[in-house]
Amino acid sequence: MQPLKALATAIIGSSLMVYSASAAELNIVHGAIGKDNEVLRAELDRFEEQTGHTVNIVSMPESTTDQFGQYKLWLAAQSSDIDVYRIDVIGAPQIAEHFVDLTEHTKDIIGDFVPAAVESQTVGDKLVALPMFLGAPALYYRKDLLEKYNEPVPKTWQQMTETAKRIMEAEREAGNSDMWGFVFQGAAYEGLTCNAQEWIASFGGGRIVETDGSIGINNPKAVEALELAKSWIGSIAPEGVLNYKEEDARGLFQSGNAVFMRNWNYAYALAAGDDSPVKDSFAVTTLPVGAEGEKSAATLGGWHLGVSKYSKHPEEAIELVRFLNNYDNQKERAIITSRPPTLNAVYADAEVGEAQEFIPLWKPVVDNALPRPSAATKRKYNEVSSEFWTAVHNTLSGDGSAEQNLRKLEARLNRLRGSAW
Amino acid sequence: MASKAGISTLSRQRILSAWLFLTPMLLVLASVAAYPLIRTIYFGFTDASIDLIGQAQWVGFRNYLEYLDYGDGEGEYFGLLVDADWWRAVWNTLRFTIISVFFETVFGLVIALVLNREFRGRSLVRAAVLIPWAIPTIVSAKMWAWMMHDQFGILNDMLLRLHIIAEPIAWTASPDTAMLAVLIVDIWKTTPFMALLILAGLQMVPGDIYEAARLDGVGPVRLFLRVTWPLIMPAVLVAIVFRALDALRVFDIIYVLTPNNERTRTMSVFARDNLFDFDKFAYGSAASTLLFLIIALLTISFIWATRMNVEADER
Repeated sequence: MQPLKALATAIIGSSLMVYSASAAELNIVHGAIGKDNEVLRAELDRFEEQTGHTVNIVSMPESTTDQFGQYKLWLAAQSSDIDVYRIDVIGAPQIAEHFVDLTEHTKDIIGDFVPAAVESQTVGDKLVALPMFLGAPALYYRKDLLEKYNEPVPKTWQQMTETAKRIMEAEREAGNSDMWGFVFQGAAYEGLTCNAQEWIASFGGGRIVETDGSIGINNPKAVEALELAKSWIGSIAPEGVLNYKEEDARGLFQSGNAVFMRNWNYAYALAAGDDSPVKDSFAVTTLPVGAEGEKSAATLGGWHLGVSKYSKHPEEAIELVRFLNNYDNQKERAIITSRPPTLNAVYADAEVGEAQEFIPLWKPVVDNALPRPSAATKRKYNEVSSEFWTAVHNTLSGDGSAEQNLRKLEARLNRLRGSAW
Repeated sequence: MASKAGISTLSRQRILSAWLFLTPMLLVLASVAAYPLIRTIYFGFTDASIDLIGQAQWVGFRNYLEYLDYGDGEGEYFGLLVDADWWRAVWNTLRFTIISVFFETVFGLVIALVLNREFRGRSLVRAAVLIPWAIPTIVSAKMWAWMMHDQFGILNDMLLRLHIIAEPIAWTASPDTAMLAVLIVDIWKTTPFMALLILAGLQMVPGDIYEAARLDGVGPVRLFLRVTWPLIMPAVLVAIVFRALDALRVFDIIYVLTPNNERTRTMSVFARDNLFDFDKFAYGSAASTLLFLIIALLTISFIWATRMNVEADER
């Protein structure tokens, strides 16, 4: 009896061990731009080597709005197909209940992360996602052209407008007929919300919805900001900018046809790449302000890794999330993709600073970045954002004045809020 | 009397076997068409939210129309029926449908008439014409999006070189050309479909009618108007109904070319925005229900109106 029992225990025990050590197949979903896919694949290969698990990448379209729609469908269906989601910084408050609370699983490392990033992913007491990388946009400019025409790096949006116009006109006269002054993300989507809230905030016009939930977007400073932006369309910015997303803007700037560009940090590594015509002739600075004395506003962007509650392998998935956000991987991503990391220590890493000189300088920008009102407006954020970008897009395309559109926006937001967000 | 009873037995048997054959199909239809439809209509009367569908509560007619009383004798109407964005989407859809179907029918007719003639390589041309229709819409829309790109697009490049335009046009971005861009792509894509259906109609016309007409010395224009057109009319009308049904629920072309643009937002895009992007699943369901009703109503009235015409022609 006894040997039999021992044998049975051994068999059960070993089969359990085999089970727990058996390789899991995980799926991670992300929306790739620039070099994201290659870098992630390389990191996953290392993870597979170390752990024996397999990880597949599920790729999504560029538009964060489209990605989020698909995520919601998967989560609504409680699909176990996806284990790890890379979610936009604004996503967490809207889909928090579908994710594993990472607080317990990361309490040993969470102190090393940039506080603003952790805060943006905390809903109530729950850590919805572990911050992967941040985004805080920059003003990209052609330092060769600025030097050529002896112009300083602009500090205010008005200066930028004038400099862009002057250089663009001079370059066109010199035969460079495709030259434009400024490109940004002007399509009617989340990217325009980011761009426009920067203009308005840096003019002192406040936020779309304040942190306490109040709405004061219809104010003279906001009108002023939007009117200036309206003046860009067709003069320093091509009319097509009204349908540009990140990659369209980068395409124009990187082919050497724009003096200024507002874009996220990922564009730095690509514009500085070996095959880039502007690799030696551009630099970045913080976004301009509306008027002297105002503060520059950079929208807090970023993508963070959450583990689906419906995953069949939550433990392996958490292991993967921790792995992808460890020091070495963050450092590698910072160097290759030029995206600001979420670990404080990486900003101070000498090798990172050498490869991407702006990253150490970007720490204060990241620490003070302007969040979108996703925490204040909770589940209604997407609609708030859509109302906002519609109002801005209408203004830019000449469908109603800034004043009219903001007045309409304020009324509509008030109605959307109802008694509470 | 006896023969009558015999017929009724026979017909009863036939009715029975007809039901037998129909039942599987009806069951399938009930599960894949009727059930989702009824569920969508139901959600239109709740406060459902996409990721918390189980917690939906019945709220009555609120998504369609609600009077909010401010308590001081004043108030305001809310809901889909008074939502300006929704009616704008309805209008966009109707405008898109009427213009696109009109041009597709005209071009399709011309192409069909050409393809109906005997010439060398006809089967090759016939296959080639179908290519736009064979490409998945998402792919062709994305392809056109690049062709219409204001800086890198080939369309602007060609027009500039031909000095037709002086400055590049931002086809999909400019509010004046957004709808035009969508129409161009849709007409390019779906004209072959119309041509094919009309061609099928043309080939049903017996050749001896033409021969007789030619012997009588009827000119080509009169021949078309008096002989060809009346005979292919039923086929054209069927093709128009098919096409209009499709155009009324247009989604993919617009979603790829001009997403989130008020000028081109159609009923389907409006419903999708609310269903999936906003936290308004119930409102989107209500919009889907109205979309269904509008399409059903239009189709029924179109069929009714054209059948009258067809009958009148036959008389």
